[in-house]
Amino acid sequence: MASFKPTRIQVYPKLGEKVTQDTLYWKNYKAPVQIKEFGAITSIDFSPLAPHTYAVTASTRVHIYGPFSQEPVKTFTRFKDTAYSGRFRSDGQLLVAGCEDSAVRLFDVSGRVAIRMFKGHTKAVHVADFTSHGYQILTGSDDYTCKLWDIPNSAELTSYKEHTDYIRCGITSKLNRDLFFTGSYDHTLKLFDARVDKSVMNMDHGQPVESLLLYPSEGLLVSAGGRYVKVWDLLKGGQPLVSLKNHHKTVTSLCLGSNGQRLLSASLDRHVKVYSTTNYKVVHNFDYAASILSLGLAPDDESIVVGMTNGILSIKHKRTPEDSKGAVQQKRQPAYRIFVKGKNYVPKQEDYLVSKPVRQYLAKYDKLLRKFNVSKALDEAMEVSTVFFFLKSEIPMAVIKELDRRGTLKNALAGRDEKELCQLLSFVIMNLVDTRFTATLTTMAEMLLDIYQSTVGMSSLVDRQLLRLQELLDKETEYQQELMEVLGMLDVLFASAHPRKEVTLPGDGANEFNKRKEA
Amino acid sequence: MVAHADTRVVHRGGSKINFRAPVITQDSRFLICVSGECIKVFSTSTEECIHHLQGHKELVTGLVLNPSNHLQVFSCSEDGTIRLWDFTDGILIRVTLLRILSMHVSAKGDVFLVMPVKRNKKEKFGLVSLNLPPSVEQHVMVKGHTIVFQSVSTDPKCIAFGQGGEYVASVKDNVLHVYFLNKKTFYRFALGTSGEMAARNAFTCVACHPKDDCIATGHGDGKIRLWRNFNQEKEYTFSTVHWHHSGVNALCFTPEGTNLLSGGLESVLVQWRYGQEGQKDFLPRLGSSIKEIVVSPDGSLFCTSHTDNKITVIKNCTKVSAVIQGLVHGDGVKTALMVDPRTKALVLNGKPGHLQFYSLQRDQQLYNLDIVQQEYINQSNLDQFEVVKAALDSRGSWLATVEQRSAKEVEISLKLWAFDEHTQSFVLNTTISAPHDGPISEICFSPSSQNSTTLVSVSLDGHFKAWQLTQPDPSDDEEASWSCDFVGDYHSLEPKCCCFSADGSLLAVSFKEVVTVWSPASWDLLTTLSQPPGAIQDLCFGRLSCSKYLLGATDKNLCCWNLLTCSLEWSTALDVSLLLADPLSENVAAFCGAEKTTDLFVFRPSEPRPHFSQQALCTGRVTRAVFAPRDEPLDGCEESSQWLNRSQLYFLTHNMELLTFLTKPEEERLMALSKQVPTIDDSVAMTPFYLLLGKHRKRVPCNDEADDSRLWGESWNFGVPNLAPGNHVMSSCVSSMCLLRDEEQPTEVEMESEKEEEDSEEEGASVPPRPEHESSDTGAKLGPVLTKAEHRELRGVKKLDYSWIRGLVTSNPVVNTTKQMVKTPKQRVKTPKPMAKTPKPMVKTPKPMVKTTKPMVETTNP
Repeated sequence: MASFKPTRIQVYPKLGEKVTQDTLYWKNYKAPVQIKEFGAITSIDFSPLAPHTYAVTASTRVHIYGPFSQEPVKTFTRFKDTAYSGRFRSDGQLLVAGCEDSAVRLFDVSGRVAIRMFKGHTKAVHVADFTSHGYQILTGSDDYTCKLWDIPNSAELTSYKEHTDYIRCGITSKLNRDLFFTGSYDHTLKLFDARVDKSVMNMDHGQPVESLLLYPSEGLLVSAGGRYVKVWDLLKGGQPLVSLKNHHKTVTSLCLGSNGQRLLSASLDRHVKVYSTTNYKVVHNFDYAASILSLGLAPDDESIVVGMTNGILSIKHKRTPEDSKGAVQQKRQPAYRIFVKGKNYVPKQEDYLVSKPVRQYLAKYDKLLRKFNVSKALDEAMEVSTVFFFLKSEIPMAVIKELDRRGTLKNALAGRDEKELCQLLSFVIMNLVDTRFTATLTTMAEMLLDIYQSTVGMSSLVDRQLLRLQELLDKETEYQQELMEVLGMLDVLFASAHPRKEVTLPGDGANEFNKRKEA
Repeated sequence: MVAHADTRVVHRGGSKINFRAPVITQDSRFLICVSGECIKVFSTSTEECIHHLQGHKELVTGLVLNPSNHLQVFSCSEDGTIRLWDFTDGILIRVTLLRILSMHVSAKGDVFLVMPVKRNKKEKFGLVSLNLPPSVEQHVMVKGHTIVFQSVSTDPKCIAFGQGGEYVASVKDNVLHVYFLNKKTFYRFALGTSGEMAARNAFTCVACHPKDDCIATGHGDGKIRLWRNFNQEKEYTFSTVHWHHSGVNALCFTPEGTNLLSGGLESVLVQWRYGQEGQKDFLPRLGSSIKEIVVSPDGSLFCTSHTDNKITVIKNCTKVSAVIQGLVHGDGVKTALMVDPRTKALVLNGKPGHLQFYSLQRDQQLYNLDIVQQEYINQSNLDQFEVVKAALDSRGSWLATVEQRSAKEVEISLKLWAFDEHTQSFVLNTTISAPHDGPISEICFSPSSQNSTTLVSVSLDGHFKAWQLTQPDPSDDEEASWSCDFVGDYHSLEPKCCCFSADGSLLAVSFKEVVTVWSPASWDLLTTLSQPPGAIQDLCFGRLSCSKYLLGATDKNLCCWNLLTCSLEWSTALDVSLLLADPLSENVAAFCGAEKTTDLFVFRPSEPRPHFSQQALCTGRVTRAVFAPRDEPLDGCEESSQWLNRSQLYFLTHNMELLTFLTKPEEERLMALSKQVPTIDDSVAMTPFYLLLGKHRKRVPCNDEADDSRLWGESWNFGVPNLAPGNHVMSSCVSSMCLLRDEEQPTEVEMESEKEEEDSEEEGASVPPRPEHESSDTGAKLGPVLTKAEHRELRGVKKLDYSWIRGLVTSNPVVNTTKQMVKTPKQRVKTPKPMAKTPKPMVKTPKPMVKTTKPMVETTNP
């Protein structure tokens, strides 16, 4: 007597996104916390020290948030105009920020009032940073200059006027106190050495540079500008290493994650992309509600902080093992020893072995199918789909297919009341346009219409569902027609492009098409 | 029918064992069933075939236990003989000559036969009572017989004898006839014949209660009627029970009459309590529709025979204890015939949704592979998934199957199975649903075996697709899986067949009249060949030295192209239905459909002249055939049979009969084998495993030689299905053990052969011929070892021995089994060893194939 073969739930591979380690890792964040700021958030900087508070620069303030607080733990409001680039010193004690009014202010993190103010720029200062030893400040301004300041006596040390456009980004070397990089809207990146009073390296990005990033080893420099992210090899004298074009709007912010294993870029196109730094391929992608201006990643990827043009600060915290554990523990399960009871018993020689037949475990709908209770099996499958979320459509579909194969689908669908019929119809509406299920569901829909044709008009609920189904079908046919039109157009293009490959064509039409094909 | 004296077409294996109801012996130890022209005796406990009772010349049509001697069985056949057999020894006892369709024996021992009776110039089948003369002669001619019923159904299920043979019941169409043999009275009961129900109302089977006056009849609509008071014309009564949703195929009472068993299409054995028909037990999912039900005389075993050529033995009403499975023919073989390179088994579709592996040497099914993996619903008019195509790669490590269901739209899925060394079976690797838009007409693997294998599927949707095993990234923990590598078409014509050259460097795909040749390395179209008129029906590359030839068969012509010159070498007018290349030689077999029969031509592509041809091979077209490589090449010297030296040709006829060619030397060898008097141990069937373990279990531990243990190790290392055929294992293993014991002690084996020799000298009776070298071998070691006690014992045995032959002559079938047990080991030593030599390594295809590609590339760009 062969045992009953359970219904095979066919799980089709999902097209498109492939589940990798990275997607699992980057999806392991909780739902974002959203905080409304007064204006566009231009800069986010994490404190290098333990609690890892972060400074958020928006409008005329710099807020400091604790790692888990939803309210700012500290606010610096002494700006006359829009503040820019609030940055911590490497010891986390001091914070510097530029301002639209050309002044640069230095704050003690525990205090409230600016302890130093550096005046000398003539236009807005978008860049401010500490040098590696912490006694000097680098600033870059819209007056095309960048300056080095001495903190103790708040005096200007040097001024470099080599750029020919706004300086919008800069970064200091963490290993050498004399080196720093600036990026400007004149499309260039420059490496300055404070010891020689001029730039020692010059790189052409090709687009207005928006953001700069140094690898921890400081052998590679990453620049963002326009739609491009470019990586430069500093040890080879500033040779371009890779050029990434994965955004379709200006890239505004860069950031390193996973101890330098991953590179993140944020853009005005509302996406944050994660690249692997070994092969520079996009491994994950985050979507946000608005254009992103600034991006920050806490050490060990504990949280992702994103500032957007509409003033919303979005903070995603990493899901900890305890969070997921808590959910599981709510369901009480039998103790482990119940399952292993007697399993490790070694039979002795005098023992008489009685073999117990292995019980076959069947799902409820399979049990019903075995007994040919077709209607109940279908109900059960619909019920199950509400429990197993990940096989929501697959299980009912498998059962429907099985019923269709047995030729009893009609019997299973017949004799339903208003509520059950609505449930069936809504299932059809939900999955009909899924190409994996269309063939089976059209048969099912036809059967439903055949059976319940006479009852149309008797129930408003059912009628509404039927109208929805009709709408859906209309939309789908329209959509298919459009697709066919596009296909036809493409065919014409291909047909016209193909045989004339050798013949040089006057006009740009063909060339442009070829170019697009290459892209 | 036989054109050549040294080869003839024979049935070999795969015969129907479910043609007639099997017979269970009195002691429930053996099951006897018909199998084509011979009768097979199986053990009910081990499922092993113990005897082939050979003697009938035509299909065996009936089998009944002799009521007067439970160690004998009657059989009748289309050749007009009734034979009486002693099934424990497999000896023919008596032959009677008549033309018979089926046969019954009443409890009193009278023999009844269903045979043609002439009446009003129309030939009808009648039930005839027969008096077998009590004769001791081996051949008996029967003269007198009396006709009981003028017209009966040809199905033996429609006749039953009741209550100690007092009456006989026969059903035909809508009428039940009862005839009381003693009173010679005759009653007729008819069911309504008008209206819609009439056709479904028809009787299908009948059974009589063994103790009570009750007749149970099964009907086409699934009802069972229980008839009582049928010895009166008017006041008869019947009650109806109904569970089966389609016709009742088989009915049977248990010997005590307490239960009634019924079965039908649902493949559920239903057990009704006699007297309380409301209570019933079920034994569901027996595999396929039940054809016959038989109960052993003591009631402990039930036995159902099924339409898929299977006999199930059910113990204690509840448990399936053994399954004897023959070759499943089903409604038709949809896949091509293949030979599994690992097990040398024939592979074809078997049970619905399964692929069967059938060992031709052992005439036994090795295992079934579940392809569809769905519950089979036993219901007529239901579109089920069927395995329609299957292909094995050259090393047997990959299996590709296509399953298809043609409901409203064609649902196809292509599955690829990897052979798992660990479990010794095929494991599903990749499922491709809807690989093509239309039905797949052919699939084939490329023969190049360096890790990378390509599968090509050809579909009626106008495309052919190449599938390749893709190795995943080492970073992902996924397995290797198959994916589409190339989609090809040619002027949107429908492709029909595809074929790879022997070295895998060329792929030929036929599109209507055109053969396209592709390079699988780059998927470039190299050249096209065409010889109109007529669409290409079959394609095949030459092998070995003929690998430069491509053969194509159209409706009317057989064409041979030379691939070096890309031109037609020769063509001939032949209506070829199947082209088949022998993988081990240059030979190509072409089956040609003549009017109603099929002719076979065997030729080499290099010369357009067949070196073997046989007209009128069989009736109907042959569409499936296979060359099965032999274990060891024959050294037949006859020119016309040389093509059979390396492989054996098996083919399926229109009626799904498996036929093959048998050469003279082979036949002689088989005859020599069958002449030996078969012996069995009465208690346990003689299986290879029994020989290995049961008999020598006690001795194995004492001669703990490394050599010995190695032997055991070897025989257990591979999985059961992959064991060498029983006779190989048996002979080699047992002889090696005997040799071992030779060295240690003067063994029984030698002594027995000694006795045997003395016997033959003294009595001069006919002893089966024995190979010379064996006897001299054992004889040399004889002599000094016999003690006095042993001499005495030996004499005792001598007296016993051969008494059974005398018994046979005096038609006294009582057999002393003990002495046969003594003889067993000797017998096994004597069997000639069909050594399991590995076939010779395949000669590599000569290089020219590679060269051929070049000129063809030139031809494509003139």
